[in-house]
Amino acid sequence: MTGLTPLLVDSLFPNGIAHYALGGFLIGLGTAIIYLGTGIIAGASTFLESTLSYASDLPRFNKAKYVASRNWRVVFTLSIVAGAALYTVTLGDGWWVSDVQPWRFAVGGVLVGIGTRIGKGCTSGHGVCGVGSRSRTSFVNVATFMLVAIGVAQLMSALGVSP
Amino acid sequence: MSNDERGLGFMLVVVLGGLIFGFGLALSNMARPEVVLDFLQFEDFGLVFVMGGAAVVTGTVFALAERSKGRAPLTGADYGRRLKSFDKNVVVGGVVFGAGWGLSGICPGAAYASVGVGNYPILIAIGGMFVGAYLQGLWRARRAESAARGTSAD
Repeated sequence: MTGLTPLLVDSLFPNGIAHYALGGFLIGLGTAIIYLGTGIIAGASTFLESTLSYASDLPRFNKAKYVASRNWRVVFTLSIVAGAALYTVTLGDGWWVSDVQPWRFAVGGVLVGIGTRIGKGCTSGHGVCGVGSRSRTSFVNVATFMLVAIGVAQLMSALGVSP
Repeated sequence: MSNDERGLGFMLVVVLGGLIFGFGLALSNMARPEVVLDFLQFEDFGLVFVMGGAAVVTGTVFALAERSKGRAPLTGADYGRRLKSFDKNVVVGGVVFGAGWGLSGICPGAAYASVGVGNYPILIAIGGMFVGAYLQGLWRARRAESAARGTSAD
């Protein structure tokens, strides 16, 4: 029995658990600090729409809530970039570049942009904040995107697209 | 109200929260699309602890804040629950977002953090996200326009 559990853990988590759990804790902590200070639940994807209001006259992007939040959302996004850079130059093992094929970023990025805006949130807004709020809407959204993402990723892999 | 901001304190809290959020995304390796794809392909389930760990923290803090019946010091906003309404768009959006996430291995917050770890090709994905958000806004505006025309024609 003592031998089986580590074996199972090793096969499910070949890279261990600690940095995942600690990273997740910090993602939640960052969100919680903003909430406690301002009462705002900060998702990452609204930045896309609110930032478009600087460049587009479409009323859709110039709703009061986007214009009111666009400045701090830019600051929030730049701080996320800076926080990741801070990790990379301190505890991290140097700068890192992905090998995933650029077309996957291009097509996937467009779908992510469309999907988060139709679905009112993304992995942070629904996945972290919404699930944290025990929101049924967010549970449904997360379950949906998780199942579809698993299907698409497995399909790509089966078709030999790697990485 | 034209602006959410309430001075320097507000921005400092946003900066601090963003720094910790981005640090966590880099530490958890969620800023690496390969790690997300490994999760989706059932090769490494570590991401469960990232999303689960984050949701446990926000869940605990949100619940305690709500119970305190207090107000956020920097805006005076109350700590009530902010639930998004449910309609079929929540599912449709989830399907489209899931397809994009499964294809690219990247979501918005992780994409911003990915820039910070030096992953410059991710700018293609962020560019794509802006294009997608713009197209969706454009399409929604067109539909609202034709719906308005339809009504006025009656």
